[in-house]
Amino acid sequence: MDISVDLLINAIVAGLLLGGFYAAVTVGISISFGMLDIVNVAHPAFIILGSYIAYFINVNFGLDPIVASIIALPAFYALGALVYQVYYLSFEKRGQESLRGLAFFFGLMFVTEVSLILVFGVDYRYVKAAYIGPSIHIGLIDMPLRMLVPCLAALALFGVLELFVSRTFLGRAVMGVSQDQLALQLMAADPIRIKRIAFGISIATASIAGALLIIIQPIEPSVGREYIGRVFAICVLGGLGSMPGTLIAAMLLGVVESLTSTFYGPSWAPAVAFGVLLLTLAFRPAGLLGR
Amino acid sequence: MGVVKFSTVTIGVGLLVLAFAHWLKLDYFYFAGYTILQFIVLATAWNILGGYCGYVNFGSAAFFALGAYSSVFMYKFYPLPVPVLVVIGAVVSGIVGFGMGYLTLRLRGAFFAIATLALAVVLQTLVVNWDYVGGSRGAYIVSPDTVDIAGFQINYIEYLFGLMLALALIALATARTIERSQLGFGFGSIRDDEIAAEASGVPTLRLKLIATTLSGAFMGMAGAPFPYYIGYLQPSSAFGLEYTVNSIAMPMIGGTTGWVGPLVGSILLGSLQQIATVTISSAVNLLIVGLLLVAFVIIAPNGLVGLAQEYLRPRRQR
Repeated sequence: MDISVDLLINAIVAGLLLGGFYAAVTVGISISFGMLDIVNVAHPAFIILGSYIAYFINVNFGLDPIVASIIALPAFYALGALVYQVYYLSFEKRGQESLRGLAFFFGLMFVTEVSLILVFGVDYRYVKAAYIGPSIHIGLIDMPLRMLVPCLAALALFGVLELFVSRTFLGRAVMGVSQDQLALQLMAADPIRIKRIAFGISIATASIAGALLIIIQPIEPSVGREYIGRVFAICVLGGLGSMPGTLIAAMLLGVVESLTSTFYGPSWAPAVAFGVLLLTLAFRPAGLLGR
Repeated sequence: MGVVKFSTVTIGVGLLVLAFAHWLKLDYFYFAGYTILQFIVLATAWNILGGYCGYVNFGSAAFFALGAYSSVFMYKFYPLPVPVLVVIGAVVSGIVGFGMGYLTLRLRGAFFAIATLALAVVLQTLVVNWDYVGGSRGAYIVSPDTVDIAGFQINYIEYLFGLMLALALIALATARTIERSQLGFGFGSIRDDEIAAEASGVPTLRLKLIATTLSGAFMGMAGAPFPYYIGYLQPSSAFGLEYTVNSIAMPMIGGTTGWVGPLVGSILLGSLQQIATVTISSAVNLLIVGLLLVAFVIIAPNGLVGLAQEYLRPRRQR
C-alpha cells in the first residue's frame, strides 16, 4: 500500500471534521447515559427524527437546516421531558430500569424508526443549503464546507453545553445528580426535576445533531443504527459524564474511522467503533478522562 | 410434574402438532408454523439471559445471523445435513456469546446491552465484506425437494418444520429444567440483587457466562436452518431488526419469569404478525410489535402470565 503524505493529511483533517460532528451526536448520550445513568439507546433514533424535521422544514419553507433545528428545540425539549417523566414513573421509581427500562427505550427506538419509514418511506432524503457543495483549499488540505459547517456548529453546541454544565447553577445541579442524588435531596433540591430538565436538554441536542447529520449525508430511517455503536463507543472511551473526554474521544474516533475508510475502504468504517468500544471495555472501562 | 412426565407430555404435544400439520396438508401452515417455532426458540433463548438473569441482550439478530451464516459457509465449503449444521451454528454462536460476556459482564449491566447492540452492526459489516459467503449480494442455497428418512420420502419444508419443532421443544425443556435447578436459583439471585448474591458466595460471573453461552447457542440453533428455509440469504434479512425486537417483545409480553411466558408471547405475537403481514403490511406489523412492547413494559411488567396469575389468585390475597 502506497501512503502519500497529502492523502494522509487530508484523511486526518476529514477525520477531525467528522469527529467534531460526532461530538454533537454524542453529547446527548454523554448527558443522559454519562450523567443521569439513563441508558437511552433510542437517542440515535431521535437524531434521525431531528434530521427529518430539518428536512421537512427545509423542503417546505426553504429555511436553513440548522436554523430549522433551532426552531424545533423547544419541541424536542418537551419530548425529552415527557419521555423522562414516563421513564421515571414506570421504571426508575420501581427500580426496574435495568431490564424493562432498557426494553422501553429499545421499543421507542423501534417505533420511531418504523413510524419514519411509514411517513417518509425508505428513500434517501437530503437538504438544500448554500454550503453543500463548495470546498475550501488551503495548501494541500481540502475542506468541503458540508463537513466544516457541521463541525463548527457542533463545536459551538458543545461549548455552550460545557459552559452550562460548569458555570450555571442548574448545570452544577446536573453534575450533582450524577454524583449523589441523595445528597442533593438533603439540600432541598428535587433530583427528579433536575433530571427531567437535563434529559430534556439531552434530547434537544438530538434536534441540532440531526440537522447536522442530514447536511453531511443523505439519510433514511435506519441510518440511526450505525450511530448506536459510535455514540456509546465515544461516550465510554471519553469517560462517562466527562465533557472534555467526550470531545477528545469523538475526534479520535473520527480520525481512526477516516483513516480506515481512506486506506481500507468505507465499508469497514462501522466496525471501527465497535473495536474501540470492546477494547475500551476490556482494558480501561473508566475511559480516557473517567473519574 | 416430574421430568419423565414432562418429557412424555412434550414429546406427545410435538407428535400431535406434526400429525395435525401432516393431516392439514397445507404448505402455508408449514411456512407460517416454521416462523412461529423459530420465534419460540429465539424468545426462550433470550429469556434465559434476560428473564432469568436480568441482562438485556440486544443482539439476537446477530446471534441468529451467525447461525445462519455458519450454515451458508458450510454449504459452500462442504455441505452437511441440517441437524449437523444446527450443532455447528450453536457452537459458533455460543462461543461468540461467551466472548461477549467475558469482555463486558464484569462491568455494569448496561455495557453488555450496548455491546450486543453494536455487535449486530459489526458482524453485518464483516459479512458484507466477506465474498465467500455472498457478501452484500447474498447467497443462494439450493435445498432438495424431499428428504429420505428411514425409507420415507418427506417434503423438505415438512422436514424443516419438524426440525424446528424439535428445537423449540428442546429449548423449552432446557428453560424449564434451568428454572427448577440450582442454576435457576443462582440466576434469580443475580437478577434480584447481584451484589448480595456475590456476597453470599454465588459465582455470579460464571453463572452469567453460562447464561450468555446457552442463550447465544440457542439463537444460533434457530438461525442455522434459516438459509435452507428461505433459499436466498442476504445480510439485511439475516440481521433484520425484527428478530431482535421480537425476541425481546415476545418474552416481555408473555412474561419473563418462567418458560411459559416466552411460549405464550411467541405464539400470540407470532400468529398476529403472520396475519398482519398478509392482511396489512409488514411495516405496520412491526409498528404494532413495537407499540405492544412499549405498552406492556409500562402497564403490565409481568406480561400476560403475570396478569393471569393476578386474576386467578384468591381475592383475599390480592
